[in-house]
Amino acid sequence: MIKLQDLTKDYGELRAVDHINLEIHDGEILGMLGPNGAGKSTTLKMITCYFEPTEGNIFVDNYNVLDNSREIRKMIGYLPENNPLYLEMTVYDYLEYVAEIREVADFKHRLKEVIDKCGLHGVISKPINTLSKGYKQRVGIAQAIIHNPKILILDEPTSGLDPNQIMEIRELIKELGKEKTLIISSHILQEVQAVCDRIVIINKGKIVADGSADELKSNIQNKTKLSLELIAPENEISELAEKVAEIELLSYENVGNNVIKAVIEYDNKQDKRADIYQFIKSKDWTLLEMHREFISLEDVFRNLTIEEGGE
Amino acid sequence: MNYTSVIMKKELKSYFKTPTAYIFLVPFLLISGWFFASPLFVNNEADLRSFFNIVPWIYIIFVPAITMGLMAKEKNTGTIELLTTFPIKDSEIVMGKFWAAVILIAVGLLFSLFYFFTIVILGKNIDYGSIFCGYLGLLFLGAVYSAIGIFASSLTNNQIVAFIISFFIIFFLHIVGYSLFFIPGFLVGIFQYISVGYHLSNLSRGVIDTRNVIYFLSLIVLFLKLSMVSLQSRRWR
Repeated sequence: MIKLQDLTKDYGELRAVDHINLEIHDGEILGMLGPNGAGKSTTLKMITCYFEPTEGNIFVDNYNVLDNSREIRKMIGYLPENNPLYLEMTVYDYLEYVAEIREVADFKHRLKEVIDKCGLHGVISKPINTLSKGYKQRVGIAQAIIHNPKILILDEPTSGLDPNQIMEIRELIKELGKEKTLIISSHILQEVQAVCDRIVIINKGKIVADGSADELKSNIQNKTKLSLELIAPENEISELAEKVAEIELLSYENVGNNVIKAVIEYDNKQDKRADIYQFIKSKDWTLLEMHREFISLEDVFRNLTIEEGGE
Repeated sequence: MNYTSVIMKKELKSYFKTPTAYIFLVPFLLISGWFFASPLFVNNEADLRSFFNIVPWIYIIFVPAITMGLMAKEKNTGTIELLTTFPIKDSEIVMGKFWAAVILIAVGLLFSLFYFFTIVILGKNIDYGSIFCGYLGLLFLGAVYSAIGIFASSLTNNQIVAFIISFFIIFFLHIVGYSLFFIPGFLVGIFQYISVGYHLSNLSRGVIDTRNVIYFLSLIVLFLKLSMVSLQSRRWR
């Protein structure tokens, strides 16, 4: 388990991370989401012991970063932002070097596993600077998992890749998430939505939301919007709201040929769709379309990071 | 020592897999060879004195050149973040890089033993003691300058800046011994002690004096410590 306790980091006058408290359980895939400069990378850099916290502490199992940084670093595999690599080395030399530092017992055997997992067949003897960006990213991930760490931290693992490469790397991340505690950071929503079972939204150095994608969505709004398209007499449409309990007719308009477009809202707790359908059936109207308007995580994200950011 | 040697091995590999090692070794041997050979033929003198005199001058340019990238490049490409989040100490990083630079210089000196064997064949009354001490002095000097180079490299992420900083520190230590005329009398002692030339000339006379050895060792320790502090400073900046 990783536990961040009142974690704070100042860069001179600027407070990048502001008293963050967070517990990450074993096996969890956690996505850290936030606009650029929100403090995601700084938080990750403190977990990986690159920075020391200005205040607070981080506990990993029984160790903490202030006293046992070396033990913690042994447990973590880390892909820093922008995937720094020794470009002049070959993939093999690079992984061998990292494996020596990480004290990998059976390098040859482990290398085979990592090559399979990261799909590095055919590039192993090439210099890193001749590889495509997608392959470089795989090398960066291979480096992070070569010692089979319990915890894997990937800082913006898909930034700068093309859509195909992004899909490949996401698949790889999902695969790795099955066996490890995984923390990834991103400013892209689909990314964390695609791979993470828990999302933490950070803004201005503070956690502004924490939960699964669905929880975050339902937190932001507890009403469901329903769009209807039906053929009905315009003057009778308001009966819908009067006869069906606990729904509200927000708006309606006649788009021609007696086709009415209406928007209805009701509380999340109960599903009113059946009642609405029954009412329409009893009036013998024709229902052309009925769908719920989903709140996207984009809305949640924009809402939280703009409102609370105050800009 | 284990982690230190992994870092050292990696740096040596990168010296010899890139042109760096050869760009150091070839001119080093060409220039020192010229200064060895000309008195040999012109004055019929078979000794290593002018070789021992020229090598410190060659160091002024070439040691900053081989050390400028050791830290600055890692900072520039961001690999420093990988390196420092591996489970190794900052001191092991600095020491590994230091030994790599010293070994490259030692390889250069090893090749120059060719001149020594030439002397053995041609010369009479060879003072083996002073030659040994001369080589020891050059090795110490190379180590001091490497430590300075690594320190300069740890200050910046720009290799050119690192080169210029170490060049000026080394140049100062070197030149201060030649400029004692311009220095007020009561400071002469201090400046003489600072100058590497003073300690080097003692050594090349064939005397291993602990005071000179302490001078070299303390400069090495000082600049390596400073490099470690500079590397650690990221944590609490």
